[in-house]
Amino acid sequence: MSQNGHPKTLFEKIWDNHVVVDEEDSPSVLYIDLHLVHEVTSPQAFTGLREKGLKVRRPDKTIATMDHGIPTTSPEIPISDVLVLKQISQLEKNCNDFGIPLHGLYSPNRGIVHVIGPELGLTQPGMTIVCGDSHTSTHGAFGALAFGIGTSEIEHVLATQCLLQVKPKTYAVKVEGQLPKGVSSKDIILNLISRIGIGGGTGHVFEYMGEAIRSLSMEERMTICNMSIEGGARAGMVGPDDTTFEYIAGRPHAPQGEAWEAAVEEWRTLPTDEGATFDKEIVIDANKLEPMITYGTNPGMGMLITQPVPDPMQFGTVSERQTLEKALNYMDLQPGQSLLGKPVDVVFLGSCTNSRLSDLRLAASLLKGKKVADNIQMMVVPGSQQVKQQAEAEGIDKIFKEAGADWREAGCSMCIAMNGDQLEPGQYAVSTSNRNFEGRQGKGGRTFLASPLTAVATAITGQITDVRTMLD
Amino acid sequence: MEQFTTLTAKMVSIPTENIDTDQIIPARFLKVTDKNGLGENLFFDWRYHADGSHKEDFILNTEQGRQAKILVAGDNFGCGSSREHAPWAIMGYGFQAVISTSFADIFRNNSLKLGLLPVIVDEETHYQLMSLIEEEPDTEIIIDLADQTLQLPDGRKVKFPIDNFSKNCILNGVDQLGYLHQHASKVEAHEAVNPHRVNTLAGSST
Repeated sequence: MSQNGHPKTLFEKIWDNHVVVDEEDSPSVLYIDLHLVHEVTSPQAFTGLREKGLKVRRPDKTIATMDHGIPTTSPEIPISDVLVLKQISQLEKNCNDFGIPLHGLYSPNRGIVHVIGPELGLTQPGMTIVCGDSHTSTHGAFGALAFGIGTSEIEHVLATQCLLQVKPKTYAVKVEGQLPKGVSSKDIILNLISRIGIGGGTGHVFEYMGEAIRSLSMEERMTICNMSIEGGARAGMVGPDDTTFEYIAGRPHAPQGEAWEAAVEEWRTLPTDEGATFDKEIVIDANKLEPMITYGTNPGMGMLITQPVPDPMQFGTVSERQTLEKALNYMDLQPGQSLLGKPVDVVFLGSCTNSRLSDLRLAASLLKGKKVADNIQMMVVPGSQQVKQQAEAEGIDKIFKEAGADWREAGCSMCIAMNGDQLEPGQYAVSTSNRNFEGRQGKGGRTFLASPLTAVATAITGQITDVRTMLD
Repeated sequence: MEQFTTLTAKMVSIPTENIDTDQIIPARFLKVTDKNGLGENLFFDWRYHADGSHKEDFILNTEQGRQAKILVAGDNFGCGSSREHAPWAIMGYGFQAVISTSFADIFRNNSLKLGLLPVIVDEETHYQLMSLIEEEPDTEIIIDLADQTLQLPDGRKVKFPIDNFSKNCILNGVDQLGYLHQHASKVEAHEAVNPHRVNTLAGSST
């Protein structure tokens, strides 16, 4: 329980610790501990600083990398996209001019911004973390308050290290029980979003709790927090525990020695107090979960992989029916159809949702000694150059290559299809990424979101497959 | 930011629910370093054929679309990414306000900072506006920000919510950054009082 006796949630503790000014009739001024920057959403913010003659207030709390537009082909092939080149050189110039550390194109630490933050020990419990990217919610896995911001807000944080924020509400997501075999953290989050819809968490911050969450590794927790935004919540968080501290210990930016002991002591005060209340709550029984798959054009259009595609006629309102009809038309699917057995063209293993070492290890363990089906193009994109190196040191790259998959350099790649990695019109993909919006993975491309295990099972058989049929 | 006080304008509707930022402006158009020209790419994949020609029946390609300054859209408008390119593109096309039954948080925040007014209405009003656009496409409505109302042609006024701070910034055309700068000394004080929270990053910065 907190010092004044009033039980608080994890979110409330971090919020209260960071409010600098709280005036009536104005949003709170919130102090930001870590600002992550990438090449796509930042250029106009730096232009704003220059126009106003402003400096970056705390370059030591700001860190940049490039991920969205970077090709995943061999680094020896020069980048041909002049627009990408311009964004890269602009970020280099901005970081140089304003004194911001940059993990640039050839840095061994470059990678997807939400992979390298935790990897380098930058992401720590109790922090406020922002980035011009909606999947900043990923960092909440460490018990941080982390959320995506727009370019105007990037400029605000660069200039003042603060952000104006209206206090969001809290939403407890309790995942009880234990996950059955073949079911992973990706399935938990896809299940949650399918229940509450993509606007279900609007105005709220999720806190994921319960036995099933506690037993997850940090990388599995990151997968869940990553997709909080797909449920409408800007942030999602997990109370820090020994799993969290063990992950952070010894990383380059983690506190060391006495500072480490002091930090852990502070972090242990963060978890939600007994008796603290939330504005909303949902309970999910992990024991009853199955592998999930999406059938439509937003992440809320998901179902258990054994279920049939829903019928628009079963929906209550006209607009709901029309929205689903439009989605099924885009996906060229029929109501009542099973997705099991449906042939696909591409399997994408990557993105800030599922491109960490444990994702690659798990995928490789299922793929080992098997082949990617002839009709499938499988692309494996590690989340960072460090993940890539570690995977190669373990021989994981060989498993993918020998199976016929394409082993690439790190980046956002086909999750956002800005760098040339993209679906052709009409193609179907099973993707471990986070968004199945129309054209997200390439104009006219059709995405089924699923876990890495489901993706690999599909790659092996060439059709959408329930991975549980392939496990002992 | 330009001042926004009242707006008397025509509307168009895109009734689809959950219109995400990838529809508003596909990611391939984010490879820019300024804010110019994004209006051309607004709703690109709904607006243009593969050969780049206009889809003539898409509302933004019609005279009605070009005249409208208010977009009425389905529930949960602007979900998805944090790209401010979405409101930049909407403003670049010529819209000054978007009306829906709800907005995604980041889109709404971004819009408020730019003075693109996100107007939240109840389902009944939303339906009424949709019908009005269909039956009398030349109808103008009045948005009065100071009063926080929409005025329909029948004279009915509908209140909409907006926080006072954003409202005053938009009414006066003032960037929110100024408010943050006013509190610089308090930010310094926060850093001085909370070193154990503020200085937790070890090691050289790279």
